Amino acid sequence: MTTSLSFIEKDSFIHNLTGSTKMVFFLLWSIAAMITYDTRILAVMLVAGIAIFRVSKLEWKDVKVAVNFMLVLIAMNMVGIYIFAPEQGVEIYGTRHEIVHFIGRYSIVTEQLFYLLNFTLKYLAVMPVALVFILATNPSEFAASLNGIGVNYKIGYAVSIALRYIPDVQRDFHEISQAQQARGIDLSSKDSLVSRMKNSAAILFPLVLSSLHRIETISNAMELRGFGKKRKRTWIVQKNFRKQDFFVVVVACVILAISVGMITYTGSRYFNPFV
Amino acid sequence: MRETLISFEHYTFQYHVQSEPTLRDINLQIKKGERVIIVGSSGSGKSTLGHCLNGLNPFSYHGESTGKLTICGVEAKKSSIFELSQYVGTVLQDTDGQFIGMTVLEDVAFAMENDCVPKEELIARTEREASMLQLTEFLNHSPHQLSGGQKQRVSMAGVLVKKIPILLFDEPLANLDPAAGKEAIKLIDQIQKETEAAVVIIEHRLEDALYMGADRIVLMEEGRIIADLPPAEIFAKDYLVQAGIREPLYITALKYAGVTLSPEMGLQRIEDLQLDEVQKEQVRLWFGQEEAGKSKEEKEIILSVENLGFGYKQGISTLNDVSFEIHEGEMVSIVGKNGAGKSTLAKLLCGFQKAEDGVIRYRGRDIATDTIKERAKYIGYVMQNPNQMISRPMIYDEVALSLRGLELSEEQMQERVFKALKICGLYEYRNWPVQALSYGQKKRVTIASILVQEPEILILDEPTAGQDFRHYTEIMEFLKELNKQGITVIIITHDMHLMLEYAERTITFAEGRMIADTTPVRLFANTEMIEKASLKETSLFNLANLCGIDPEAYINTFIERDRKEREA
Repeated sequence: MTTSLSFIEKDSFIHNLTGSTKMVFFLLWSIAAMITYDTRILAVMLVAGIAIFRVSKLEWKDVKVAVNFMLVLIAMNMVGIYIFAPEQGVEIYGTRHEIVHFIGRYSIVTEQLFYLLNFTLKYLAVMPVALVFILATNPSEFAASLNGIGVNYKIGYAVSIALRYIPDVQRDFHEISQAQQARGIDLSSKDSLVSRMKNSAAILFPLVLSSLHRIETISNAMELRGFGKKRKRTWIVQKNFRKQDFFVVVVACVILAISVGMITYTGSRYFNPFV
Repeated sequence: MRETLISFEHYTFQYHVQSEPTLRDINLQIKKGERVIIVGSSGSGKSTLGHCLNGLNPFSYHGESTGKLTICGVEAKKSSIFELSQYVGTVLQDTDGQFIGMTVLEDVAFAMENDCVPKEELIARTEREASMLQLTEFLNHSPHQLSGGQKQRVSMAGVLVKKIPILLFDEPLANLDPAAGKEAIKLIDQIQKETEAAVVIIEHRLEDALYMGADRIVLMEEGRIIADLPPAEIFAKDYLVQAGIREPLYITALKYAGVTLSPEMGLQRIEDLQLDEVQKEQVRLWFGQEEAGKSKEEKEIILSVENLGFGYKQGISTLNDVSFEIHEGEMVSIVGKNGAGKSTLAKLLCGFQKAEDGVIRYRGRDIATDTIKERAKYIGYVMQNPNQMISRPMIYDEVALSLRGLELSEEQMQERVFKALKICGLYEYRNWPVQALSYGQKKRVTIASILVQEPEILILDEPTAGQDFRHYTEIMEFLKELNKQGITVIIITHDMHLMLEYAERTITFAEGRMIADTTPVRLFANTEMIEKASLKETSLFNLANLCGIDPEAYINTFIERDRKEREA
């Protein structure tokens, strides 16, 4: 089981697409899901998203932790909306079918439930595609693809190096914290919050120093091997743009077009089953 | 005449942040195909010299230079780090820190990517280089998963993909165990022969580096070159000893025996050494006169480990059925290849990890239920890198840190801190900031900060890694002094000199098992064990064989004499 969200090597249709293709698809897909509240479109997108996840050959155990975490966040978001705008759905759909009345302005209204359902659907439609994008794109290729769509390669590389150093810094942190515990610095919950904060400084100080040292080494190593010499560079992991990439980008455009088209055709971002 | 590739003429370099020049009046020529080893104690300017060659000076670390430095006909000062990288390929000391690519494939291709080499050619050239260095099967691995020797090969491949006339190695052996170090040197030798590049190695493990043979040794001291001679000539004189550099052991041994050294004897490598009958007799005579070391009497058992087992991942055990005893007041070394389970053992002893099998006893008591904090009162652990431990800007506060949690009065605390500082020879510095100290002194601060808890056992992880001979001696003599005062010292190391010179006993690990528990001398007399432990035989062994003396007894005698010399 993996606890962190990082690239998982597989041989699938999606893994074999170029990083740029996946990025463009992810962006267009997200925009399509963001602009519409049309239940029919979102439902189709959700089903399609799950299908995409299946095609990527990723497994449920790879994403279980992340999905559960996001579900909690979505649930909290929905509760938040309900607390601050319990009748938002009524305002949008123009009708009111009350089921139960609680207290004051709080009651269960069909329109509000429907509105929250659509909101949740939006998140759920984006989630599988986002996960696939993160887990099926090699970070180096990600940097290459950022460069491919016009971002300076130094920025792309900085991002991928930073991602790559997270495990190293974690290991440093672990070692330093053990050594400090052996010197009687308590980081467990037995101590008061103030002294725990003070004690974590005992770990941060050496951690920052060792990280700065790492940065110095890696930037020397990069410069000595010619990084930054030219305005362009090539990438050994970059994949060639093929027919299937073209096909995927076209599909993404079509999805966005449908989403936009429905809004202009019906004149509303919402699908209203109540009238 | 071969073409001169590197030429320093009255070259002086001063960093902007320093008040004095680090390099002074350097005159040095290196020709095509030459092999040059640069030695010198820390602060002698040898790394600065390397940085001037590859352009890190003055383009990354700013400074001012006078005189002239030309590399392949280009004046370095007017060049750029990128232009110089076409001529000088650098393999850095820190193999882990210099990996850029996620996989071996990407790392090897990195320099070519920056040159905008098209993709098809990138793949072809990377694969060719990888197969030359036997890395083909690892192309899709992360470099961090590889062994020390393999990592070294990856970093070399990353430099060699471009055809480069000068190869610069900055302490290539520092992080390698002796066996991997030997492999690395063989590889440099082979690469040099194939590419006919000029090779410049900055290294203080001189004897190991010389295994491949060198044309010249350049000795630096206080920013100047004080000798630039072929190895045999430099060994025949006392230049190295005077500059505080460790000579190869066989050279020291011949000097002890009173053999008059001359370059014609093939002094450059133990393999080349020629001794006539008279000289052999001298060595034998010396051996007969000297007294061998006596073993200390054994005291009470302070720490014992019985059938210890531990596995990070299910099914793969990192430690398996380990049992040994440590007696009070002993100085023991723990050796073995990287990943053989040495560090895991230390973590289990300190309680950072919990043993899955077996018992650890301190003075006969099972300590399974003692927490990290409780164990720290009798077992102190000193990490390899002092910068990973130091967390307070002032020395006094750093040492006092572990006492803050105890209910001590300010006087009691001060008394204990001063005591620890005095033991470590840091009392005069008590009000100094830590950053003003040298590496060796920082190491002592970390030891003081552990000693303040008054542990009876001290475990040190590679206390001398990357240190020059002077600092090595300073740290080790200090530990020996502590040991004499009754503290039991356990040292994890792969420094063969350390084992031979300081440890009374060596516990050897290979693949998670303990394979030997014996005196270092006996270990080094056992060729099979040496190989299993990823060590390398000492040149004393060869010298003893050459003179027809029992190696074990000879090494023992040598070590004893060496200890006396150091104490004198």
